[in-house]
Amino acid sequence: MIPGTFEYHQPDTVQAALALLNELGDDARVLAGGHSLIPMMKLRLAMPEHLIDLRLINDLKFIRIESEMVHVGAMTTQHELIDHAELAQRVPIIRETSLQIGDPQIRYQGTIGGNVANGDPGNDMPGLMQCLDATFTLLGADGEREVPAREFYEAAYFTARDDMEILTSIRFPVSSGGYAYEKQKRKIGDYATAAAAVLLRKADDGSSCAFASIAMTNLADTPIYCEDASQLLQDQGVTDSSIEAAVDSCIASIEPVDDNRGPVEFKKHAAAQITRRAIKTAWSRT
Amino acid sequence: MTTTTITLNVNGKSVETTIEPRELLIHVLRDRLDITGPHIGCETSHCGACTVDIDGRSVKACTLFAVQAQGSDITTIEGLGDPDKLHVLQEQFKEHHGLQCGFCTPGMITRAHRLLQENPNPTEEDVRFGIAGNLCRCTGYQNIVKAVLAAASEINGAADKEATRESAA
Repeated sequence: MIPGTFEYHQPDTVQAALALLNELGDDARVLAGGHSLIPMMKLRLAMPEHLIDLRLINDLKFIRIESEMVHVGAMTTQHELIDHAELAQRVPIIRETSLQIGDPQIRYQGTIGGNVANGDPGNDMPGLMQCLDATFTLLGADGEREVPAREFYEAAYFTARDDMEILTSIRFPVSSGGYAYEKQKRKIGDYATAAAAVLLRKADDGSSCAFASIAMTNLADTPIYCEDASQLLQDQGVTDSSIEAAVDSCIASIEPVDDNRGPVEFKKHAAAQITRRAIKTAWSRT
Repeated sequence: MTTTTITLNVNGKSVETTIEPRELLIHVLRDRLDITGPHIGCETSHCGACTVDIDGRSVKACTLFAVQAQGSDITTIEGLGDPDKLHVLQEQFKEHHGLQCGFCTPGMITRAHRLLQENPNPTEEDVRFGIAGNLCRCTGYQNIVKAVLAAASEINGAADKEATRESAA
């Protein structure tokens, strides 16, 4: 499996990468960890004439936690996210999700920026970012702009990022309370048959639900933020009957397709199980 | 056709080679540098037979362009031991029958080596999770896991003895 020919560029600053991208235009692709793009190039489903590798840009590799906000550079790997002790404590759902991505070798290379920017419905980070209400920073010729994760995904592989922009960083608030990322997959390294990210916080009274956020992965051509189900748990609290109502609401908002991971009915069944389990686990951790 | 010359530090030896950017690291190692320990199993990032260690990370060499490894320290199975003096992992794979056909073994051992560097005291679950990116089509996982655990305890045993000797002295 030999990819088509291309010219390789290795800028060491974001500005240099952006200048190259704008100069080379549609013939160029930006390369992060390479675990989506390189397989596509090996199959010649992608044949960029120029590859702009971001690996030497140290300004894109950081994890900072300040003023209750986490800032992560786009070239931070899944392995680095897993390994970061303070992040694991302040936003434990990041570690729980990252450990379910790919396999160890893939996590050493795969980056959060590539995972969220690629727009593959199978990627786990987009759903998680919607659950966390993250914001993506995009850098283009006219400067920076910010797009909420919940507004970033338009269709499979189509996002709010313009081809001439580079996604440089991601920020999301620290999350106290319960959390769970539940993922049903056929084997290690596979994309989800169904996955759900859930954050829940108990109110000061110790029983009602002060905050709920649910998002789902690989059950439509974009991640799905389940706003109604989240609101429902916040309004009604977390009880056996409200969980079932929230699960029904989530299932009504997804549009899975029939593929090698199963027919639509099976996927809806798996999605319901996964979501129910994620809500219960998150609530038990509040 | 544009070519570029890269320098890699492979198993402690600096090597220079002229390549096309589209050449995958596994092809450069095997076909240009004659380092045939890392194998090509699936060539689609699934099987882990091509696993090498790059700057302290386990990497599937079929999913990296060699040009991206410019200046890196690369360790392959050839760098871990030799027939006269096996690496402790190789010794324990031999001892516990951790290989049947042997095709996955270079990747398994290279990956296990990094796992033990990061986690010198793994549980059985840690080992299974840590080598989940490597497939054994003989399905000999049971003995592979035993071999990795035995290597860990041998390395730790040697370290304990060393510490005892030092504290005695």
